Amino acid sequence: MAQENLNPTAPADDHDEARRTFLKQTSVLTALALTPGPVVQAAAAQWDEKVAAAFEKVPLKLDINGKKYRLQVEPRTTLLDLLREQLHLTGTKKGCDYGQCGACTVHVDGQRVNSCLTLAVMQDGRKVTTIEGLAEGDKLHPMQEAFIKHDGFQCGYCTPGQIMSAVACIREGHANSEGEIREYMSGNICRCGAYPNIVAAIQEVKNGGQKV
Amino acid sequence: MNQFQYVRPTKQKAAIEALARDANAQFIAGGTNLLDLMKRGVMQPQKLVDINRLPLNKIERMDGGIRIGALALNSAVAEDQLVQQQLPLLAQALNAGASAQLRNMATVGGNMLQRTRCHYFYDTALPCNKREPGSGCGALEGINRMHAIFGFSDKCIAVHPSDMSVALAALDATVLVSGPKGERRIAFLDFHRLPGDTPQKDTNLEQGELVVAVEVPENAFPKNVHYLKVRERASYAFALVSVAAALQLDGNTIKAARLAMGGVAHKPWRLTEAEAALVGKPATEETFRQAAAVAMQGAKAFKHNAYKLKLAPNSIVQALKNAAGLA
Ligand SMILES: Cc1cc2nc3c(=O)[nH]c(=O)nc-3n(C[C@H](O)[C@H](O)[C@H](O)COP(=O)(O)OP(=O)(O)OC[C@H]3O[C@@H](n4cnc5c(N)ncnc54)[C@H](O)[C@@H]3O)c2cc1C
Ligand code: FES
Ligand code: FES
Repeated sequence: MAQENLNPTAPADDHDEARRTFLKQTSVLTALALTPGPVVQAAAAQWDEKVAAAFEKVPLKLDINGKKYRLQVEPRTTLLDLLREQLHLTGTKKGCDYGQCGACTVHVDGQRVNSCLTLAVMQDGRKVTTIEGLAEGDKLHPMQEAFIKHDGFQCGYCTPGQIMSAVACIREGHANSEGEIREYMSGNICRCGAYPNIVAAIQEVKNGGQKV
Repeated sequence: MNQFQYVRPTKQKAAIEALARDANAQFIAGGTNLLDLMKRGVMQPQKLVDINRLPLNKIERMDGGIRIGALALNSAVAEDQLVQQQLPLLAQALNAGASAQLRNMATVGGNMLQRTRCHYFYDTALPCNKREPGSGCGALEGINRMHAIFGFSDKCIAVHPSDMSVALAALDATVLVSGPKGERRIAFLDFHRLPGDTPQKDTNLEQGELVVAVEVPENAFPKNVHYLKVRERASYAFALVSVAAALQLDGNTIKAARLAMGGVAHKPWRLTEAEAALVGKPATEETFRQAAAVAMQGAKAFKHNAYKLKLAPNSIVQALKNAAGLA
């Protein structure tokens, strides 16, 4: 359908009335096509509005890296696309977009998740931390320092996800041995194969006993 | 991804009603399977009913067992003390699945309802009776390395990908569901189904029914359990074959046993006859080999998955050895 091609993450103030009207009309047709005749007729008035709402933007409140946002998003926008395309927080990477690489790892209410496989609207009211929110001003997070010291990357594409995951791995208490670190970091793929250095960085932070 | 209506009810009744109104609506929990499939156009729901605000995430002791809410996260269940003490097999199976990030998102209900990873199902350019009834099964004569060796039909040879479900099948769990017609309980072994002529139906859940919880009865398997998962890399991959094994030992004699396999059929494959072959016998490799032979009766391979005919019995033996502490 035509709306497939529209940018799902256009900025909140990008109103396009013609498009809305078009979408409302299409959605009425969709509703009619999907629901058995008599039911549609009975519920028509109220039903149309509901389905039309599907194609509108939905209000969303988020705390991202300590900053409060009030946003409008299309329901189908993933948290990853919201961060990157709408808020321009491009530190979080899109590797696969299917949960298979971990490049998009962020923390939601302190827990690491793949931001590509969750809808932004599902996170309403939550606290999100991205790689941009890890340092304190100019002072890097100990995990960032350790990745630099141990050469925990080559191209760097997987690195934000690796670091977010590594911090969580220690906080969860799953960094007690090399084997455990490898298992609990397996959701982060590194095509450059920096794994031994990543493990070394995590072990140093863990053994250093710094607060992560 | 197609556009859809989004609703986020806070009451169970409202969630069920929101789904019942529309044949093309889906619940969304963690979203880790549904959104993946929606991005690929494999599933195109017109309405998503977000159930994350329903109070269904408790893990609690109940009369005669443990009750796990459908929205309990896979990571929360795997880390739960009660589960670790009384259902270590379930904790092991959960930790063998996906990645730490995905387990922080995936729910118990979503895990058991995840769809197959068959490539023909995933690729909308290829035929698949599960995705598009009547289009044919591409895997039957195609590339079928990952496919079933038990319980398949000429309409579908896909396997169920869940690790957690293999443990729940072994542990005689029950699924609690609630729908437009009220509540009912489904034995875990009857929850998933074989493909037959209608592979588009993975389970016996009816349209509009919500999984509310899973109950696992008290059991005699707080130790001597092992979940063995054989995959193409050490972690973060689906099983080629997996085995959930639980033994109750009296000295060296097997008093009771539970066995189920994953990666071999359209549903978690419980091995009751092999269990019977273990009871009363000494816990030795010889006993385990005999039980594995019983388990493999009726297995049949396709062009590319004949390796499973060896891998499966060997995995059963290894899982039982690990469970018995013989490894
Ligand atoms: C890269 C990758 C690797 C993976 N590896 C593994 C693995 O090794 N082993 C493994 O077992 N799994 C693996 N998975 C799958 C993962 O476990 C599932 O995606 C997850 O468990 C689904 O749970 P969810 O809550 O995210 O479900 P969702 O995606 O939200 O839902 C899945 C389906 O269940 C339905 N549903 C959800 N909750 C309910 C409910 N309460 N009542 C009725 N219907 C409901 C939804 O409508 C949907 O159709 C992997 C996934 C990915 C992306
Ligand atoms: S982009 Fe999310 S896991 Fe690859
Ligand atoms: S540093 Fe290049 S992918 Fe990891």
